[in-house]
Amino acid sequence: MNAATKPVVVEASYAAAQNKQRLLVFCCTLLGAAAQVLMKTGANQLAHPGLVGILTNIPLMAGYTMYGVVTVLLVLALRDGELSLVYPIIALTYVWVTALSFVIFHDEVSVFKLIGVVAIVAGVAVMGKGSKK
Amino acid sequence: MLLVLFASVIGSFGAVFLKFGSAHLRESFWRIFNVQLALGVALYLGSSYFFVLGIRHGELSVLYPMVSLSYIWTVVWAKVFFQEAFTRQKFMGLALILLGVFFVGLGSK
Repeated sequence: MNAATKPVVVEASYAAAQNKQRLLVFCCTLLGAAAQVLMKTGANQLAHPGLVGILTNIPLMAGYTMYGVVTVLLVLALRDGELSLVYPIIALTYVWVTALSFVIFHDEVSVFKLIGVVAIVAGVAVMGKGSKK
Repeated sequence: MLLVLFASVIGSFGAVFLKFGSAHLRESFWRIFNVQLALGVALYLGSSYFFVLGIRHGELSVLYPMVSLSYIWTVVWAKVFFQEAFTRQKFMGLALILLGVFFVGLGSK
């Protein structure tokens, strides 16, 4: 590798790592939304909210597990990289959960809910913009 | 709705303890077993228990966005426990989040 091409290569590999990180975080938002749907499904079936009721509730336990996996993956993904660019991606979870609530649980679609979710996503993005690194 | 709110407060304390606990990791990997990290994980588990109780009744499209309120507690604890600056950007972000939760609430049945 000669001196002239080296910075370009470093820059390209940095960009590739950034893209990989963003893709991982994006997948986390989809998995996180799926976990919420599973938890809601389980919660709806939960007759007795005791320990046995929870541990024997398959959708609920699947949702908890998925949520745990997403949390660990996010911690790993966020260890390095531009947090300010990752925050708006994380906030997409609110969009997916709202959309899935309409489709799967037949929640009432309302303009207020849509405005609210857009404001929340914008809020999370703005907060991330001020974060260091 | 109150249960979801309660869960978000407990969860934000979980984050505080995880942050305290993760500082030990600089010393050695095996310090991963420390009281603060364990407490952080326990608080997260407790938070998810109350969250599930909270979403049993009601619309997920209303209750899930309430989770974003945890950003508010986190910013407050970050200032109290870790002396992190309360910037204008954080303030604007929180204002938008609050407005969003308010609108989502308006859309509930």
